Amino acid sequence: MARLLECRLNGRDRADAVADNVLLLDYLREKVGLTGTKTGCDGGECGACTVLINDKPTLSCLTLAVTVHGKRVDTIESLGVDGQLSAVQRGFHEKLGSQCGYCTPGFIMASAGLLRKNPNPSEAEILEALGSNICRCTGYVKIIEAVKFAVALNAQGVPP
Amino acid sequence: MNKAVPAHNIGSYVPMIDGPEKVSGRAKYTADILQPGMLAGRIYRSPYSHGEIVSVDVSEALKVPGVMAIVTGADCDKTFGVLPIARSEHPLARDKVRYRGEPVAAVAAVDDAAAREAIRRIKFTVRELPAYYTAKDALAHGAALLHEKKSGNVERDVLFELGSTTQGFAEADLVREAIYNCAEVCQNQMEMHAAVAEYDAVRDRMTVHASTQVPYYVHLMLSQILGMDMSRIRVIKPHVGGGFGCRTETLNIELIAALLARKVTGTVRIVTTREETFITHRGRPETDIKLKMGMRKDGRITAVECDCDQRGGAHSGYGVVTILYAGSMLYAIYDLHNVKYLGRRVLTNTPPCGAFRGHGTVDIRFAFESLVDQMAAELNLDPFAVRRANLLTAPTFTDNDLMVNSYGLPECLDWVEKESGWRKRKGKLAKGKGLGMACSHYISGASKPVNWTGEPHATVKIKLDFDGSIVVLSGAADIGQGSTTILAQTVAEILGLDLARVRVVTGDSEVVPKDNGSYSSRVTFMVGNAALDAARNLKAVLVSAAARKLEARPEDIECLGEIYRAGAQDKGATFDEVVTEALKDTGTITVTGNYSTIPESHGGKKYRGAAIGGTMGYSYSAQVVEVTVDGETGVVTVDKVWVAHDCGKALNRLTVEGQVQGSVWMGMGQAMSEEAAYHDGLMVTANMLDYRVPTIQDSPPIEVGIVESNDPHGPFGAKEAGEGSLAAFLPALTNAIADAIGIRFNDLPVTPDRVFEAIEKRKRALEKLPKKNGSM
Repeated sequence: MARLLECRLNGRDRADAVADNVLLLDYLREKVGLTGTKTGCDGGECGACTVLINDKPTLSCLTLAVTVHGKRVDTIESLGVDGQLSAVQRGFHEKLGSQCGYCTPGFIMASAGLLRKNPNPSEAEILEALGSNICRCTGYVKIIEAVKFAVALNAQGVPP
Repeated sequence: MNKAVPAHNIGSYVPMIDGPEKVSGRAKYTADILQPGMLAGRIYRSPYSHGEIVSVDVSEALKVPGVMAIVTGADCDKTFGVLPIARSEHPLARDKVRYRGEPVAAVAAVDDAAAREAIRRIKFTVRELPAYYTAKDALAHGAALLHEKKSGNVERDVLFELGSTTQGFAEADLVREAIYNCAEVCQNQMEMHAAVAEYDAVRDRMTVHASTQVPYYVHLMLSQILGMDMSRIRVIKPHVGGGFGCRTETLNIELIAALLARKVTGTVRIVTTREETFITHRGRPETDIKLKMGMRKDGRITAVECDCDQRGGAHSGYGVVTILYAGSMLYAIYDLHNVKYLGRRVLTNTPPCGAFRGHGTVDIRFAFESLVDQMAAELNLDPFAVRRANLLTAPTFTDNDLMVNSYGLPECLDWVEKESGWRKRKGKLAKGKGLGMACSHYISGASKPVNWTGEPHATVKIKLDFDGSIVVLSGAADIGQGSTTILAQTVAEILGLDLARVRVVTGDSEVVPKDNGSYSSRVTFMVGNAALDAARNLKAVLVSAAARKLEARPEDIECLGEIYRAGAQDKGATFDEVVTEALKDTGTITVTGNYSTIPESHGGKKYRGAAIGGTMGYSYSAQVVEVTVDGETGVVTVDKVWVAHDCGKALNRLTVEGQVQGSVWMGMGQAMSEEAAYHDGLMVTANMLDYRVPTIQDSPPIEVGIVESNDPHGPFGAKEAGEGSLAAFLPALTNAIADAIGIRFNDLPVTPDRVFEAIEKRKRALEKLPKKNGSM
């Protein structure tokens, strides 16, 4: 059965008829066309589909779309201000926290969620926040550098 | 006087030029392609490991509302495969199925739900045959054959002896033999396999988007499978989310998508599940190695005998090449003579293996460096000293005719020894801690391509027009390693221009020159050299235009990037003015750059297949790994890795570091946790929870030292940077564990269970020993 889903998606109000069994991931990718959020596994294994629901990093592959009714949903496409990259995006780009780029939206949203809650995280807090995201290219070394750089940029006023 | 200076980028830290797309969600991967009317494709896979096909009944499946077409083996009698000598696979099985998960039929439907329902209704009947899940079982006398022409289920055996091992062992002070087993591992790249095929029935043309490392090979196989002229096919490679070798051959997915698209005369997208991506496989085979080595008291290796069995899976894939690499790449890292190699690539009823990062070299290197470490300890020699006692002197040719021109291994050894504090710390760490080291190497592109056509190994075009932007056209497949960035850097450097002036177009067979693809770490070396050639050709065009404009001789023209001038006092002409002048003769300027390897690099003919291993330049790596072993739980923690990599010249220090760290870390996964396991031929680890990839919390700091040996043939002196550092991690880890707890692990992965068991076994053995007088 379909029902009305009203949410604030990437800062804009939106209303769609969505079937009860549609995942938030598929709603975003196939219905809305926001393909920045990636499918990396068969459910809950890799973190590539991480989005923010009311600022909290959440796996969109384990979330039914209808459950975000009345909530704020932010995807990778929402980041950046005035066409410029956000602090986390700059970190991942400039410090090579992203190689093939496929896990990157998930890592960036998990990091953005961390910085919205805690603008000055310790290394242990960074590792914990990214502990359920898998990257197969970087060995994570430069991902950690990327997030630390983002923290520094954020302190200078660049939004996360 | 003009103060313009040419822009330089080579050797600096350059973020990837396609980074902004990747960090903003704008980079399009194959699964991101959405088209109106596009159909969803799904594959029905064999639930049997080995059987003769009796029937594939799709009648009930066709009745599912929304199902548009179903294809089975009956729709295509052609075979495919990456090696012209071993094309044994049908896109959809015919006559026989040979592994659980082999594609049997495929459905195109209006949506995924309908496609899945149709898959459930397919009735597949086989006459089951005996199935073999280990190399040993498949090799057993009287075993049923997977492929009629492959007697004994051996895809390929390799035997060579160069020098005399009998004589070499006689010269040794110590001879040791050991047995090693490395589990099968999977690339498990983050992007699941996907293909979008669009068939234009009016023009009889096929366009395929594929998540591939080798668009040209996909083009070839599409033509073969579809029976279509190559000119009617277009292959597009969008952004690709990693590959690590599993996409270095055409996969059945893109072929099946095309068969479906033609049958429905429309567009079909197949996005596989993670489980299907695992089962499509092409990973590193399970490998059993028996290694025997002779060593003198001074550490010189006098002889090596190596037996190697690889469980290759149900089809050849790259298998013939893999088993040859394992033998040939015993060489080109140390000064070895008297080597005997016996390799067997075995066909089994498991998914086909392929060319995983470090292709063919990794498991052999693990065994080799482990045995060297063990024998060094017995001879009371330092592991560094043993490596130094066996170094090559470049330039040289090895006994199997591999050409070594640049050799930075000594500097790699020096760097990791110093940075890790080896001399001060080795043997003096706290209880449960240990240090281990090892070396490895890799090729910078196979000097003989798989499909020999007589063309140059790489071709790059540059277009320059009225707008003054430099457009580089290349078929090189960027799969995340940064090849597009390297091409832009190379061209910008030669022309002295800022990177902002350069755009790189790749990945569309309709536009870009053919390229063999991203495998064997060939791109920086071969395509880089072609880009260098093209940029120099363009510069020559611009210099002669500037000479005309400035009424000077071309040899007096100085290129400062944005300014061309005749001597230091000349005001000169701007780049735009020079371009305008150059366009007067020819209109749009296009130049070509080519690169071909030299015959001396093609390996020898001393045994069949001896060309495998031949390359223009070998990278070298040395590593030190520091571990802590928890004696109570068996958990091993990697505290830190120091790695030095000789990449000839780091064109981009940022991406070299990233590639080296990624290689080391991928080696860590294989060494410590990753393993493809099967139950009755079903891969039971086909998800990212059971196939244990290290998380950010499991992963150590990896400090990278870049060694630049300046290869005489490499672009700006560069060699490969993305594979050679993987292998050394495995033995460096087990050598470190041996240092920490005195137990040597010859079977991978070294899981906590295995460590715990080994510690307990030793405890029990010690308890059984007669107690010394008076001691408790």
